[in-house]
Amino acid sequence: MNATFSIWRGDAQGGTYRDYQTEVSEGMVVLDAVHRIQADQAPDLAVRWNCKAGKCGSCSAEVNGLPRLMCMTRLSDLPLEQPVTVAPMKTFTPIKDLVTDVSWNFQVKKKIKKFNLRPPDAPDGTWRMDQADIERVQEFRKCIECFLCQDVCHVLREHHLHDSFIGPRFFTYVAALEMHPLDVEDRREELRKTQGVGFCNITKCCTRVCPEEISITDNAIIPLKERVVDTYDPLWSLFRLLGGI
Amino acid sequence: MTAQVQTYEHDVLAIGAGGASPRAAIEASAAKVSVGLICKSLLGKAHTVMAEGGIAAALANVDERDSWKVHFADTMRGGQYINNWRMAELHAKEAPDRVRELEAWGALFDRTKDGRILQRNFGGHRYPRLAHVGDRTGLEMIRTLQDHGVHQGIDVHMERAVVALFKDGERISGALAYDRERGLLHLFRSGAVVLATGGIGRAYRITSNSWEYTGDGHALAYDAGAELMDMEFVQFHPTGMVWPPSVQGILVTEGVRGEGGVLLNKDGKRFLFDDIPENYKSQTADNEEEGWRYTQGDKSARRPPELLTRDHVARCIMREIRAGRGSPHGGVFLDISWIKRRLPNAEEVIRKKLPSMYHQFLKLADIDITRQPMEVGPTTHYVMGGVRVDAETQMSTVPGLFAAGECAAGLHGANRLGGNSLSDLLVFGQRAGAYAARYLKDHRAGKIDEGQVEAAARAALAPFEGADSDNGTGPYRIQHDLQEMMQDMVGIVRRESEMALALEQLAKLSARAARMRVNGNRAYNPGWHTALDVRNLLTVSEAVARSALERKESRGAHFRDDQPRPDPAFAKFNVVVVKGPDGSMRVERRPIPPLPPELKQVIEEMK
Repeated sequence: MNATFSIWRGDAQGGTYRDYQTEVSEGMVVLDAVHRIQADQAPDLAVRWNCKAGKCGSCSAEVNGLPRLMCMTRLSDLPLEQPVTVAPMKTFTPIKDLVTDVSWNFQVKKKIKKFNLRPPDAPDGTWRMDQADIERVQEFRKCIECFLCQDVCHVLREHHLHDSFIGPRFFTYVAALEMHPLDVEDRREELRKTQGVGFCNITKCCTRVCPEEISITDNAIIPLKERVVDTYDPLWSLFRLLGGI
Repeated sequence: MTAQVQTYEHDVLAIGAGGASPRAAIEASAAKVSVGLICKSLLGKAHTVMAEGGIAAALANVDERDSWKVHFADTMRGGQYINNWRMAELHAKEAPDRVRELEAWGALFDRTKDGRILQRNFGGHRYPRLAHVGDRTGLEMIRTLQDHGVHQGIDVHMERAVVALFKDGERISGALAYDRERGLLHLFRSGAVVLATGGIGRAYRITSNSWEYTGDGHALAYDAGAELMDMEFVQFHPTGMVWPPSVQGILVTEGVRGEGGVLLNKDGKRFLFDDIPENYKSQTADNEEEGWRYTQGDKSARRPPELLTRDHVARCIMREIRAGRGSPHGGVFLDISWIKRRLPNAEEVIRKKLPSMYHQFLKLADIDITRQPMEVGPTTHYVMGGVRVDAETQMSTVPGLFAAGECAAGLHGANRLGGNSLSDLLVFGQRAGAYAARYLKDHRAGKIDEGQVEAAARAALAPFEGADSDNGTGPYRIQHDLQEMMQDMVGIVRRESEMALALEQLAKLSARAARMRVNGNRAYNPGWHTALDVRNLLTVSEAVARSALERKESRGAHFRDDQPRPDPAFAKFNVVVVKGPDGSMRVERRPIPPLPPELKQVIEEMK
């Protein structure tokens, strides 16, 4: 059977949706359809992809308005009687077609204080860690940096606070560092002052779009907010001390 | 179209986005030289993320009998003894330190009960040896290197692809790249270049590799006069997905078998018990009970035949399929769900040990691997062949040109053991980076000839002026035709007549490639990128076919049904290809130096 794909074509100056009809077969994902269109009809259609198995986080886009990995979005889950719209992530400036400029993310990461290792536990220079103590951090380290959480976060998407807010991806990253059993760095001041953890109002949009199903809000952002509050708000600390939470 | 070129200068230039390139860059920058890193994709996105099972290193955390000697002997046996033995020795000795170093940079491996790095079973490894994080070890490694590397002062140039290397006399002096975003050309002046571009999987139709694996480093090195060695050895991973068609080839980790998964034909028979190679008989279980005990950590048990080397398992699967004993969609069954007959909490164990496999099959194939068997078949996964390098320094025969990881040859011989790739990236990435920096301190930077830059730029832009009028779809068609042809003629089972035909077909494809035309402009134009990739694929495909013709025997991953047995005469040399003075590909044999007595003894002891 044939289906219609309405794909955004354009660049930073602007663009428009163009319709392509292509044959679809069992098991296909959106990325397959985009590739088929590229090979047969639109050879210069720009799209990022790599692993095609949801492990590299390259093919992020908005499919029928929802932030998704194209390689993990099955056509059988979409209503094919109407055109499938495929658009680039809205939060980032388009470069061309489905490819956006995500370089801001790489700059943000560079500014986060790096992993700071504690001295070894054993005489042979190695460390001992309990599996139970690393599982939370392993959850954060599943992140494939697809930036869909950044795309959907209204602080970035609607309010464009790129200079004062690092976004869910990097709160997850900071949380992974802060909760790493071997890390001895303190990142709370930056979290509050320059990384804008306070701007998050816990709408959990990021958690809902995460293809790795990381509980970004509950497990990363809220604990970070608590750490910051513990440090900087004496009343809140007292409240907690008295068993308020 | 004018060829305006922007220029950058780095002492050392590392090319690649996976594991070896960042590891080399980190090491070189630690030696206080300026380092640039070029990658075709965004940083941190490379096929290395698909390396699921783990990093092989004889840490001996799980089985104290393990040591570098056992790892060395396993690697040589797996490679059928045509490995570069010095590389195999260095690799086995240095891998544990490279893993511990990753931990010191923040990697969080799964733990043993006493809090040390946990290790798992894998094909061809005598003891549990693979440090891992569930089944996403590659991601953990690549992210650790990336996050550590960005604080080391390395200049990262993302989404750029190198199209030519330049030499000053014999020595490397730089590289020309285009950036994918705008299509501009960039000249890199560097006295030392480390190729870490990965493999050639896109030369085949069924592959676990992404679009990037087009043999760029192989082709660049070859064009620069370096030798490519062992190119006949292409690893077909036994377990790729086969259904639905759109996911055909996507990797199913060997970790499934390491955790107790079994391979079955349509009659429900564990067919691998039928054919255990002579040199593995003493190490392999001869009944299902013993095999199961091995996967559960019983040190007195021998490993199940599902954990034999990849070349052997892939061929046995092909045999079942061809004999009509395959699964409905042309594969065989891989079943991990059966362990519920042995373990009360089997579903939880599977989801915990193999989370991304669980996710991948549920999302892409509607299969719940805790309840149903998977359908799997061989997929092109890795090339053992690559740039011939010096074992200690990783320098090729071209001074200043280094290679590490999959694009280098030697460590794996005729067949790579699972898990030895991630350790390869670390061990030899580190060495390449260290020696590239050292080389540079002893050699002043060379000159780059303007005329060569001009010619390379013209060649890169030529597809915009190609003669064929095919609406710009030519590059995709040629790539597709090449993949079909290589799959059919130079695939898992090879034959002289087919490979000779493949060379004829390659000549025709090259002629078509010379005329291909791309549409649109230079900004993020995948048609153009594919056109440039195709050139590299043609070079490496020819290298594979010519090397495979030269090796008139079957050994490791290279199987010929017209020469189905190993021939001891062919164990004495490696096949290399090199560009002749007339531009044609020459095939030569390089004798393998004899094993020193102490290593020979190690191999004897481990037999």
